[in-house]
Amino acid sequence: MTTTTSKTTPTVPYDEALREFEPVIGLETHVELGTASKMFCGCATEFGAEPNTQVCPVCLGLPGALPVVNAKAIESTIRIGLALHCDIAPWGRFARKNYFYPDMPKNFQTSQYDEPLCVDGYLDVQVDGETVRIPIERVHLEEDTGKSLHVGGSTGRIHGATHSLVDYNRAGIPLVEIVTRPVTGTGAHPAEVAKAYVTELRDILRGLDVSDVRMEQGSLRCDVNVSLNRPGDDWGTRSETKNVNSLRSVERAVRSEVERQAGILRTGGRIVQETRHFHEDTGMSTSGRSKEEATDYRYFPEPDLVPLAPDADWIAELKAALPEAPSLRRRRLVEQLGLSELDSQAMTNAGVLDLVLATVDAGAPAAEARNWWLGHLAQQANTRGLEPAELPISPAQVARVVELVSAGSLTAGLARQVVDGVLAGEGEPDEVVEARGLAVVSDEGALAAAVDDAIAAQPDAADKIRAGKVQAVGALVGSVMKATRGQADASVVRRLLLERLGVTED
Amino acid sequence: MTDLTRLTAVETAVAIRDREVSATEVTQAHLDRIAAVDGQVHAFLHVDPEGALDTARRVDAGELSGPLAGVPLGLKDVVVQKGVPTTVGSKILEGWRPPYDATVVKRLREAGVVILGKTNMDEFAMGSSTEHSAYGPTHNPWDLSRIPGGSGGGSAAAVAAYEAPLAIGTDTGGSIRQPAAVTGTVGVKPTYGGVSRYGLVAFSSSLDQAGPCARTVMDAALLHEAIAGYDPADSTSIPSPVPPVVEAARQADVSGLTIGVVRELSGEGYQAGVQQRFEEAVETLTELGAKVVEVSCPHFVYAMPAYYLIAPSEASSNLARFDSVRYGLRVGDDGERSLEEVMSLTRAQGFGAEVKRRIILGTYALSSGYYDAYYGQAQKVRTLITRDFTAAFQQADVLVSPTTPTVAFPLGERLDDPLAMYLADLATIPSNLYGGPAMSLPAGLSEGLPVGLQIMAPTMRDDLLYRVGAAFEAARPAPVPPLSWEA
Repeated sequence: MTTTTSKTTPTVPYDEALREFEPVIGLETHVELGTASKMFCGCATEFGAEPNTQVCPVCLGLPGALPVVNAKAIESTIRIGLALHCDIAPWGRFARKNYFYPDMPKNFQTSQYDEPLCVDGYLDVQVDGETVRIPIERVHLEEDTGKSLHVGGSTGRIHGATHSLVDYNRAGIPLVEIVTRPVTGTGAHPAEVAKAYVTELRDILRGLDVSDVRMEQGSLRCDVNVSLNRPGDDWGTRSETKNVNSLRSVERAVRSEVERQAGILRTGGRIVQETRHFHEDTGMSTSGRSKEEATDYRYFPEPDLVPLAPDADWIAELKAALPEAPSLRRRRLVEQLGLSELDSQAMTNAGVLDLVLATVDAGAPAAEARNWWLGHLAQQANTRGLEPAELPISPAQVARVVELVSAGSLTAGLARQVVDGVLAGEGEPDEVVEARGLAVVSDEGALAAAVDDAIAAQPDAADKIRAGKVQAVGALVGSVMKATRGQADASVVRRLLLERLGVTED
Repeated sequence: MTDLTRLTAVETAVAIRDREVSATEVTQAHLDRIAAVDGQVHAFLHVDPEGALDTARRVDAGELSGPLAGVPLGLKDVVVQKGVPTTVGSKILEGWRPPYDATVVKRLREAGVVILGKTNMDEFAMGSSTEHSAYGPTHNPWDLSRIPGGSGGGSAAAVAAYEAPLAIGTDTGGSIRQPAAVTGTVGVKPTYGGVSRYGLVAFSSSLDQAGPCARTVMDAALLHEAIAGYDPADSTSIPSPVPPVVEAARQADVSGLTIGVVRELSGEGYQAGVQQRFEEAVETLTELGAKVVEVSCPHFVYAMPAYYLIAPSEASSNLARFDSVRYGLRVGDDGERSLEEVMSLTRAQGFGAEVKRRIILGTYALSSGYYDAYYGQAQKVRTLITRDFTAAFQQADVLVSPTTPTVAFPLGERLDDPLAMYLADLATIPSNLYGGPAMSLPAGLSEGLPVGLQIMAPTMRDDLLYRVGAAFEAARPAPVPPLSWEA
């Protein structure tokens, strides 16, 4: 028997694997809508409330309770479908997806099956300067489940737990599922394409203002399907990796799955059609349940709801009112700002283009905005293992720091300290300046003592300068800056030192 | 003073309004009646004297008024009432006290109707004899050794035994009408969507409908009007005005109406005595001035098999929520067993045989690979039956048939023969599949037991049932049960 697990089969490096195999990927993305109330009842949808405080007979599935469709959720779903170039179904029904799980109050999920609201769309994404068209199969609406907390085991999973707690606050929150068709032809970049797709999708959803699309809070969640085949062969058996909850992880999940499957296929093994669980900490996935023992969901039309029949005029209205697509907006702004294609590509790759544009929107010059996001902030994101967009600083805050620098209130060095303060959660830039006492010291009287101290402490350097070696002033400037904890304007310090030593520059 | 339990709802309401009697006295009389006879009839699963007397006091204080204020009523135990045990006749919900009121209950409360308690039923409304109640069968007041019909045998028996002038039933395949027929009472299944299902523990969502049980057509009309009407909490509720049922019951006139006798709802399987009473009823309607025609509904013969695919399919899904996690029974939770084992044990012990039979049937019918052949096919039959009705209503204003093929059969007779039991609903199921309203009312006796006349009308023409029913009732008053087992 051949071995089919990654534990015993060596993996093949990503680039090498993709020279040997062709990837097919597919993505199922779940988006929690930001409606004020739940999908089928009036309960609030706020994140992080005390467990089981946002519940009622309907979302608890009490005997006798009945669902009523949230019209806003229908509207949001149609707008998402339209933004993804889908056809909107003139008629459709909800369906019950039957399976037993304690975080699902009715032991069926009200979803859509063979009559989704939106079908046959696409989304174009840019990878390495090339456009890849991702075909969208369907966009449908369903209700979210509650959350289980398994207590007493080591893994937090149900296996080994002594008991479980269930929070139904999330049960019944409207959830939109966006499913791609199998994506072929991604060549050497399936992981990059997957990440670009989810990123672009997130931006579209944010632009539509239908969800807060926060992956870390679970309002945007991804399942990633991957299969490999040798060129000319039929598609391979696919795996489905669940629990992929950050943009970085989307890329890592595809990458690790390509590497794992290539290892198995290369040694003549067989890929098992299965669900895999992604682990953020290791960047690897482990095997979950195999599809061979998959549940029969016994879908049938939800008899407690009447069919949906969105009016054509209403759909046309929604379509006309859609916001500009993020990709178009980006192109327009890049042109307006006169950024080069190369520059905008670099910013896209670093995941900062939208942040730069937003910082410009907030009043900063393009060059400054670009330097911050590609420089210090990109570094900070990298150190923290975050996407730049996930850093706890907003484009408006960056723009404020830029403004303080150009007003002369901060030096470049101080500005970095202010940004780090904001990142550390110390508040708005002005609050950080105040709390840390970071304003530039421009009072020359206050600097005089430090200048005298520096000259006294380094008589050799002072002599060299007096003798005409002006470049030696750098060391003295440095010690004055150090003594003033960087709050002095270096050019002022330099001038004061030279004056004090009786040297005049031409 | 007359026995307050013998009054109709109309007489009771008028007496209270005219202060001839207090609502409290009426309520107490019925509570006493229940205490006296329910040991033999077993119509009630739970009696709520405090709640009932509290409502009565509020009526007497003038806080609540309306055409039925102060009139006592039995509530089928499938309807959720806040704080009052609701079991649906099942062990799996034993001890559950709902935290909310069904819309029907809210409307009854607003109307000042006095809810005496919860009536017995086949578990989850699955049955035609009330023998599938986990709490023991109800007995037919006409003959305690016979079934009172089902699933709403408790509601019908309570009304027939003068334990309440009114009761609420629910009808998925005949659960209001068949008990009405075999207990000599009036029962109406309103148009699907006419009465809110919010707070009815679901059996088959696309078929379930709550409706009135009473001793007279007018009483039923008043209760119908009190509970009917659009409810935004039920998406399948119809946003139109309630058909004028009370006015129609007052009109009580069939002249100018064409009545269609459904050819397929007679003959084989129908007892001779039942058939004979039915033919006499048709004659009576003719004498009253109606034109009678025969109509054919060829697909009615497929109604029973279609029903036994659709209803169990929906039930298999509706009953999935009874899993011990959030409410109701929990079996075997000893800290060692897994969640799945506890769920399985709970459902194994909490559900009775008939419920399990239908869950298994429905699970099978919906399963991948069989869906089209079973559930899908049944839905097509449903469409054909609807077409039969539509065509028949081109020829006739209402349709008539015997409500049941037989009079009340002895307790235990069909308990081991599910198919024989299912046949009790042969004539009532088509209206559920179609969605239109239907009534059963007394049409005399056969072998000393009541026979029911069924009237069926087009959707949202519930008024026609009452117009025809009231005219028939005036000409052929309902027989009165001898209640020889009393004393």
